[in-house]
Amino acid sequence: MRESLAVIWAIGRKDLLLETRNKDVIVAVSVFALLVLMIFTFAIDINQVNAKLTGPGILWASIAFAGVTGLNRAFALELEGNTLEALMLAPISRDLIYAGKMFGNFLFITAAQIIVIPIFAVLFNLAVLRWEMLVVSLLTTIGFSAIGTLFAAMTIRVRAREVMLPLLFLPVVTPLIMAAVESTSHVVNDSSWPEIYQWIQLAIAFDIAFIVISAFIFQQILED
Amino acid sequence: MTKVINLIVSPIALSAVLMGTTLWLIFVWVPTETNQGAVQRILYLHVPIAWGAMMGIIVVSAGSFLYLWKKNEIWDRLAVASAEVGVVFGGLALLTGMIWAKPVWAVWWTGEAKLTTTLILFFIYVAYLMFRAYFPPGTQRQRLAAMIAIIGAIDTPIIYFAANLWSQAHPPLITGPAADSESSLGTSLGVVLLASTVSFTLLFILLVKMRYEIRKSEDEIKHFKRNHQLDSAVLNNISQARGTS
Repeated sequence: MRESLAVIWAIGRKDLLLETRNKDVIVAVSVFALLVLMIFTFAIDINQVNAKLTGPGILWASIAFAGVTGLNRAFALELEGNTLEALMLAPISRDLIYAGKMFGNFLFITAAQIIVIPIFAVLFNLAVLRWEMLVVSLLTTIGFSAIGTLFAAMTIRVRAREVMLPLLFLPVVTPLIMAAVESTSHVVNDSSWPEIYQWIQLAIAFDIAFIVISAFIFQQILED
Repeated sequence: MTKVINLIVSPIALSAVLMGTTLWLIFVWVPTETNQGAVQRILYLHVPIAWGAMMGIIVVSAGSFLYLWKKNEIWDRLAVASAEVGVVFGGLALLTGMIWAKPVWAVWWTGEAKLTTTLILFFIYVAYLMFRAYFPPGTQRQRLAAMIAIIGAIDTPIIYFAANLWSQAHPPLITGPAADSESSLGTSLGVVLLASTVSFTLLFILLVKMRYEIRKSEDEIKHFKRNHQLDSAVLNNISQARGTS
């Protein structure tokens, strides 16, 4: 168990180290998400009345779209540097490679959210900075990175990879986006925890289902 | 003569006769429903088409699962054939549903759980087919595609659950003139629906079978081509070797 965690941490740390050197993913994801938010503030005339109605949806749409652009990079770097073979040669099981890459993606999307959500709160004048939002954001990011890492690995050898990943990723994560949007809208409307909780349950179920399945089938993806 | 007899008793002829009879039942035999009017007749097409789409998803998932398990090409061909037919049926089900909804519910589209689920599944299986088209051919493509199909199947109950919860939070706008009225048709509705379901099921099976056979021929041609190239490469090598010696 301890060794497995060490491997996951090592792969995640490697990705994080690369990221601190070139800052490709976090900057790209945050700027992309902020641009989507900005376009929506012009597309919909945001005021006190409709901000609560439309804000949560816009926030998660922008994070989902921006997240895909980041996920596209997850395995692209490994492929460009021919380091995927090295990872596969390492004497560790494939599901640990999956967990490590997922951990890295989770950190990137979380970092982007730390930048995006406060700016969203300012632009839309919504009180989202509550502890419930932390739970929502955490669970959604786990789900995004679980499915995203799996599909990113599947699409590394596909022609037009940048197009294929969102086409696979977005329909599958729709239930998770629904859960995120609904629970965020409960948060901004100051709802009680039980109302938020029914959506949180859905997100938990989604996360568990896809982490288990992904770890199970990831081994077969990297085989040639 | 035997050719003519074969054609008459072939599944294609049977399907054509059944479909003709079904259309006659739908547009001539069954009386017009009093509350919804003529538009209600689309139900006799919509329900069997949606059923076909559902069969498509079940066969894709079963075929993909069996492919991953047995590694036999047959299951992969069955999965892709039924995905293609299923996507067409799914698209038609969405289209016929919208045509019906506009006069009855007063909107083309609403956030109702079954509609949302059908739409998302339609997109998942379109992505499945696109993935197959974009990925370089080989066993890896078949394996990954099978995984995508299974992920789609596992996602289905979660999507339905989420869509259901969502539509409870945002009650769908069903305010059309005949949204809640009881049907004025008794058993004749059931008869036509049954006949239509049988003919569309047969059509589905027939289309999948045709697509399956085309797929098989494609694979065989590829196989022959590869062997032929190998043969000619070997011949070239031999002649070159002879030339140099």
